[in-house]
Amino acid sequence: MTLLTDDQRQLHDMAKSFLAEEGTIKKQLRHWRDTGCKDGFGHGLWKQFAELGLTGIAIPEDNGGLGLGATEAALVLEEVGRNLTPSPFLTTAVAAARALEGTAQGNRWFPGILAGDTVAALAIDEGKHHRPGAVATTATRSGNGFTLSGAKQFVVHGASADVILVAARTGGSVGEREGVTLFAVERDANGLDIENVTLADHSKAARLTFNDVVVDADAVVGEVDNGWAPLSRALNAGRAGSAAELVGVAAGSADMTTDYLKQRKQFGKLIGEFQALQHRAAHLFSEIEIARAAAYKAAELLDAGSDRAELMVHVAKAKAGRAAALSVQEGVQMHGGIGMTDEHDIGFYMKRQAVLDRLFGDWRFHAGEVARLAGY
Amino acid sequence: MAEAADLTQFREETRAWLEANCPPEMRQPVKSEEDVCWGGRNFKFQSDAQKRWLEVMAQRGWTTPDWPREVGGGGLTPAESKILKEEMRRIGARNPLNSFGISMLGPALLKYGTEEQKQRFLPPIVRGEIRWCQGYSEPGAGSDLAGLQTRAEDMGDHYLVNGQKVWTSYADQADWIFCLVRTSTESKHGGISFLLFDMESEGVSTKPILLISGYSPFCETFMDNVKVPKDQVVGEVNKGWDVAKYLLGHEREMISGMGLGGGTALLGKTLGEIDDPALRAEVAAFDVDALAFAAMSERFIDQLKAGEAHPAMPSMMKYAGTELNKKRHELIMAGGGSDTLEWESERTRKGKPAREWLRTKANSIEGGTSEVQLGIIAKHILRLPGA
Repeated sequence: MTLLTDDQRQLHDMAKSFLAEEGTIKKQLRHWRDTGCKDGFGHGLWKQFAELGLTGIAIPEDNGGLGLGATEAALVLEEVGRNLTPSPFLTTAVAAARALEGTAQGNRWFPGILAGDTVAALAIDEGKHHRPGAVATTATRSGNGFTLSGAKQFVVHGASADVILVAARTGGSVGEREGVTLFAVERDANGLDIENVTLADHSKAARLTFNDVVVDADAVVGEVDNGWAPLSRALNAGRAGSAAELVGVAAGSADMTTDYLKQRKQFGKLIGEFQALQHRAAHLFSEIEIARAAAYKAAELLDAGSDRAELMVHVAKAKAGRAAALSVQEGVQMHGGIGMTDEHDIGFYMKRQAVLDRLFGDWRFHAGEVARLAGY
Repeated sequence: MAEAADLTQFREETRAWLEANCPPEMRQPVKSEEDVCWGGRNFKFQSDAQKRWLEVMAQRGWTTPDWPREVGGGGLTPAESKILKEEMRRIGARNPLNSFGISMLGPALLKYGTEEQKQRFLPPIVRGEIRWCQGYSEPGAGSDLAGLQTRAEDMGDHYLVNGQKVWTSYADQADWIFCLVRTSTESKHGGISFLLFDMESEGVSTKPILLISGYSPFCETFMDNVKVPKDQVVGEVNKGWDVAKYLLGHEREMISGMGLGGGTALLGKTLGEIDDPALRAEVAAFDVDALAFAAMSERFIDQLKAGEAHPAMPSMMKYAGTELNKKRHELIMAGGGSDTLEWESERTRKGKPAREWLRTKANSIEGGTSEVQLGIIAKHILRLPGA
């Protein structure tokens, strides 16, 4: 069944009221932007996530977490998206936690994440497009450990993270999944240059340069040469999660727009009376509903360990990316001039959509992956 | 999520029963219109297997798995119905019976029919003995359906029906019709009644309409002094619009199923080699939409069965499903290049791709146009003003 259980509904209600109260654009996104916060999010809010147990949503119960699945993460992330709440929830509590589960590095970092003290980042992309198979950063054996050389970009919260999970090549050649190893690198490692970059949505991502960064052998997450296993866990969780967040962004933007259609008068009428706008709003509603169903289905299949999960994750990220793009574009257009102003919140949805669509691969990438998996 | 023990048992029993009872020929994909079983008084079965498959399924009530046992249905819970569907899909079992009686009239009778009407009309639908057609649209009442003019005059012991219907699907092959008629001119929506009558009644005639596809799935239906007994009104007199709307919801649900393209196979897998990168990208984007819609469809059905679906959601499903189906056929034509333009050759089985492509253009018109559906979403879900 695709319907939620009572426990899931409760969790959703909790996340909904928590984020509608504490995670608002005014209290978080706008506030941290206007005060020039170097992290782009509030550590106080991250602590609140922890107090509610949410930082441990995906962390196994044996490690003190809630041990919940992609479905529960999606429910929270939809509300994160709706409120445009900046936090490390997606990257740290959902994606990185999945990579770390069942590893020694997990035992090391989980307590800090559970407490809301630790932020973890993922360093995957090396070029301007998401091509996770094309890892060129090298990790060469030296002494008791490895030496990392290369560069990464679009590392969300990279400059604020305590630990960065870095995909590097210990074998194989660029484009191959084998030979990729995942390392847990601490932020203050020698030779690691971090440039904190502000993105269009006012969030922070980093460009990292690894100038012969030396790490111990125990920095390896999982097994050497077999980093694709934890990496793909993180990618699936991150993609399914960002799809759900995009659904929230799309829904938040559409709700704001529908409300505006009911308030704004032109030509002596509420603009929502015009059929041209009604039909576009109704089409948008339809696209968002379908995107939500796809996001939930992807999460459900991931949680069930289905062999169709990966395909559906690509579908969900692609569909949610397109639905959200439509929603924010219609949002700004239907708001007219006020939609172009910084004073109005609708523009924040457009900016967040652009970033979230690219994160873990944009919709074109994922449509291409659907074709690749289907063999055409 | 683990399946509950009783459901697992139901699944095993269902699987074993289907294995024993579904003839091998009925596990082959449907190749042409003739392979589809519509039942009815005049239906000619294509094979013994087709006949037997209908009989064994009907006997179990599994042509209508979730209808109550009292009217011959299967009495299955939503979860059990879903399992039956999954198990049938697993072995590629054909639908034993296509029927507007099942997909449209039945649900309306279950909700609005009298006990006597249910007992009289539902069991023959379950068994595929009576084939129904729908008399809704008229030459002057399409999108504005409530403007219909076909009159039913109260003659004391019966109604006398005069008027014309159009786009009556398969009226020339149907046994009975469910029909919207005007019983009062005092109010537009409040003067409509929902009437059932036999197509063999004196005064009923039909004429097929040739479409751009070269097919004639629709007819004009003429009623000239047709006598209809009074106990064949469903719901209250002059309140037929409620029945009609309820039924339209089910019709839209059925039509939205077209978006599934008959299965979950990806379009890109069926087109053969795609050497044009622009087409490949378009097909990939379509497959994303199609798989997402399949997820929506499953979710919608679950919500519907749990009573959690918004009453206007069938409009959304109808809109999205039909637009998707049109797109699917545009891409099939694009992928087939000039091969698919052949109208009569054996290579194309007499122009199947082109004719089907043209037929799909009706999808977003029949059962309420896409624009009508968008209007319903705007009014009832988004609650936009003046919609």
